[in-house]
Amino acid sequence: MSEIKKEWPLWEVFIRSKQGLSHKHVGSLRAADAKMAIENARDVYTRRSEGISIWVVESVNVHASNPTEQGPMFEPSDDKVYRHPTFYEVPEGVGHM
Amino acid sequence: MFNFVAMQVENDVKQMEEQFQAKIDADIRIEPRDWMPEKYRKTLIRQMSQHAHSEVVGMLPEANWITRAPSLRRKVALLAKVQDEAGHGLYLYSACETLGADREETIDDLHSGKAKYSSIFNYPTITWADIGAIGWLVDGAAIVNQVALQKTSYGPYARAMVKICKEESFHQRQGYEIITVLANGTPAQKAMAQDALNRWWWPSLMMFGPTDADSPNTQQSMAWRIKRHTNDELRQMFIDATVKQAEVAGLTIPDKDLKWNEERGHYDFGEIDWEEFYNVIKGNGPCNKQRIEARRKAKEEGMWVREAAMAYAEKQKSKVKAA
Ligand SMILES: [Fe+2]
Ligand SMILES: [Fe+2]
Repeated sequence: MSEIKKEWPLWEVFIRSKQGLSHKHVGSLRAADAKMAIENARDVYTRRSEGISIWVVESVNVHASNPTEQGPMFEPSDDKVYRHPTFYEVPEGVGHM
Repeated sequence: MFNFVAMQVENDVKQMEEQFQAKIDADIRIEPRDWMPEKYRKTLIRQMSQHAHSEVVGMLPEANWITRAPSLRRKVALLAKVQDEAGHGLYLYSACETLGADREETIDDLHSGKAKYSSIFNYPTITWADIGAIGWLVDGAAIVNQVALQKTSYGPYARAMVKICKEESFHQRQGYEIITVLANGTPAQKAMAQDALNRWWWPSLMMFGPTDADSPNTQQSMAWRIKRHTNDELRQMFIDATVKQAEVAGLTIPDKDLKWNEERGHYDFGEIDWEEFYNVIKGNGPCNKQRIEARRKAKEEGMWVREAAMAYAEKQKSKVKAA
């Protein structure tokens, strides 16, 4: 038998607050498996009808961008004004476009 | 050569510290993986874990009355409140983990006495009115502190505070309702409410910690915006808000020096017994031993459940793999 881990793994919790909205990260918790993580998430994060759907992801499976590379990572989009509608001119009188 | 490298590193750290402080000054939140001074991380872990421990230990004096609540209405309210506090503990332990603190170690530090928790929870709940006084005063004081912390500089801490504050609002109201109903009841019930106020008032004021003159770390914590107000400022806010509530309930705050100061625009109040405060912090309050013992027992006696759940989870996982 494999050795039992000391602590239950950590899970990130995502809640959909209502139909039509996406799941949003609300926090984390520890649980032995996914089923328990969902049950625990219901018990702490949806105590006042905050959600209708829960996702849990084991924290070790979340891969993130590096905050120290925030500049090189995201700056390239800062000078691309032509990606926004206001960059383009339309004659007066066409109304809303 | 070595010295040159060391100097270079020192300069880099200094520069990063300056950038960090500039972010704080601009009210930009710090997130878990951002660079931060080691002392900022340590101070935060200490403050957040103390806060977490207080939520968890705080369940004990109130849980004492769940089975003896005088009506079903009171019982469901108290049960829901105590469950909320367990959640608050969880949010805060999770926030500590985002800074690399080990959950189990954090909890063991509480059990070994290395970590502190709010001194207020070392007082006993000897009558039902104490449950009212705790909700009204203890949660009331906690709310003043936590509302301020919603703007704290560390993202996960601030977000936990926003959620906690939403949940806290009913805690104080249910406590105040208990107190006002007793205060308007029979003379014996009114006396019970007054007695609870007499015993919980001063310890509630101590919850904000030592006076500013005696809290040397406040300045750094304010600069880092880990704290947004000093202990004395928060204490004054709480007193100013609570005096009227006592009046409406028809109860007397046990402080003969309590008086509105027109010039300051605040209530003046009497001297806090700091000797008592430090004594309770040191472990000599009426219930310190009992509280830690209860926490330790819960951890030890729940061990087999946690192990069994983990063993079951691993077994299920290997079954899925085999299939
Ligand atoms: Fe709480
Ligand atoms: Fe509370």
